Amino acid sequence: MREPSRVTRPLLSLRSVSKTFTTAGRMVRAVDDVSFDVAKGECLAIVGESGSGKSTVAHMILGIYPQSAGEILLDGSLLPARRALIHRRAIQLVQQNPLSSLNPKRSIGASLRLALDVHGIGERSARWDRVGQLLEEVGLPADFRSRAPSTLSGGQRQRVAIARALACQSELVVLDEPTSALDVLVQARVLKLLNELRAQRGLTYVFITHDLSVVRNVATRVAVFEKGRLVELSPTETVFTNPKHPYTRRLIGAVPVVTAQEAELRGRLMEKSNASA
Amino acid sequence: MNRTLAILLRNPLSLLGLALVALVVLSAISADFITPFPEHAGAVVDFANFNKAPEWPYIMGTDLVGRDLFTRIVYAYRISLILGVVVLAIAVPIGVTIGLVAGYFGGWVEYVLMRVTDVFLSIPPLVLAMSMMGVLEPTLTNGMIAVTAMWWPWYTRLVYNLARSEKEEGYVLAAEVIGASKAHVMFREILPNCVPSILTKMTLDLGFVILIASSLSFLGLGVQPPTPDLGSMVADGAKYLPDSWWLTVFPGLAILVAVFGFNLVGDALREILGAEQ
Repeated sequence: MREPSRVTRPLLSLRSVSKTFTTAGRMVRAVDDVSFDVAKGECLAIVGESGSGKSTVAHMILGIYPQSAGEILLDGSLLPARRALIHRRAIQLVQQNPLSSLNPKRSIGASLRLALDVHGIGERSARWDRVGQLLEEVGLPADFRSRAPSTLSGGQRQRVAIARALACQSELVVLDEPTSALDVLVQARVLKLLNELRAQRGLTYVFITHDLSVVRNVATRVAVFEKGRLVELSPTETVFTNPKHPYTRRLIGAVPVVTAQEAELRGRLMEKSNASA
Repeated sequence: MNRTLAILLRNPLSLLGLALVALVVLSAISADFITPFPEHAGAVVDFANFNKAPEWPYIMGTDLVGRDLFTRIVYAYRISLILGVVVLAIAVPIGVTIGLVAGYFGGWVEYVLMRVTDVFLSIPPLVLAMSMMGVLEPTLTNGMIAVTAMWWPWYTRLVYNLARSEKEEGYVLAAEVIGASKAHVMFREILPNCVPSILTKMTLDLGFVILIASSLSFLGLGVQPPTPDLGSMVADGAKYLPDSWWLTVFPGLAILVAVFGFNLVGDALREILGAEQ
């Protein structure tokens, strides 16, 4: 009996989580009574327009600030407001802007090594080699580790940021609009890399985005947020073919429409560029 | 490196500054070898040659007890530079650390530290140094203490403002999410990004510290005779203007050269370091 329960137990659970901010004496309810589970190995996309509270949810999962009410569970155990190192290690982040997420005054290798040093992963002397391996795992040459971030392109920097998230060998990665600062071709390659890593390493993603075409490419389920509330949570196909909530329908309706011909052409081009990436 | 050279060559003033600073520093270092009468730096009297207008071998004339002014000016540079370096070596780490802590921690820590800093900043610097020197004995060491006490708050202000904007950068969030210590975030992540501004200010300040130290000794509160000091030389000579003009003009010019040189180099440094960002 124990075995199946361990398999079905969600990796991450939010139970009636709320967050209120006080700005200029006014209470703003950014996230209102949100509950959902994230199963192991899935990619849950959180979509919504600006100010819908999707980033706030990500920040609470990461423990950047505590929730005002409710509880967050990781692998069945409660996450405290003040996270210990072990909790930090378990949940990693890839940020939206790869230009600012790497310290311009530190080498790529130093930024990557920080995760290994903080959590004491591997032998001290082997860590520099491990940094090289991590870079190779995201499709970059190992000798990039001695380079400065300013010598890398946006897509390369985002790969470094992904490598940093992998460094801790955590299962859960929060991706906060990881492709929205990249141009379309680079976007496709980074999404492909993310999909591959999830499949190979059994990673679990919480994927914050406002881009529904990205959702279609990576997500297994979609959580739609509107004004701090979770209005719909369905498998990706259902959301696109049969959206239940009127807000979801509006969101999908707002996606720029391409003709079937154009869509087919784009699909073929994407395949080509992915193959060459 | 090429860009550095290009900026220097484009701006003849920065070359002039470099030349002046090199002149001051090199002459101070090699004072024992380039001055005609090294013993005149101490308590020597030579009434046969007192108060002489510039003529060989006294290229800048002699003072009221017959000591070579050129020799005393070069040795005064040595004292001024030591004072400047020591003051900055103490004031900068103190000011930078307080500024980093206040800027990064925020909240009541910031409030307490910055209000203390404001108290120091609200007292006119010369008045603060004068009152300290009034209580303490006027010696070189106490002069350094007084100037240091008035200097660190400027670095606190500078670094506080830099740290407040740097801590919003993605790389700080990335380090925090990984679980890096506060000390690591402050000194290894934020501080390197403040270094260009700190270095620029230090170079500019070296001139100003020399100026303030000279002002103190002009008022009789700094270095005491027979130690040569530019400020007290100007003060002593001022009583004999305009007849014995060399007593004031050459030490005054010496102060000008040092302050001007460090200012020009500081400006050039600001341009070079700013351009590299």
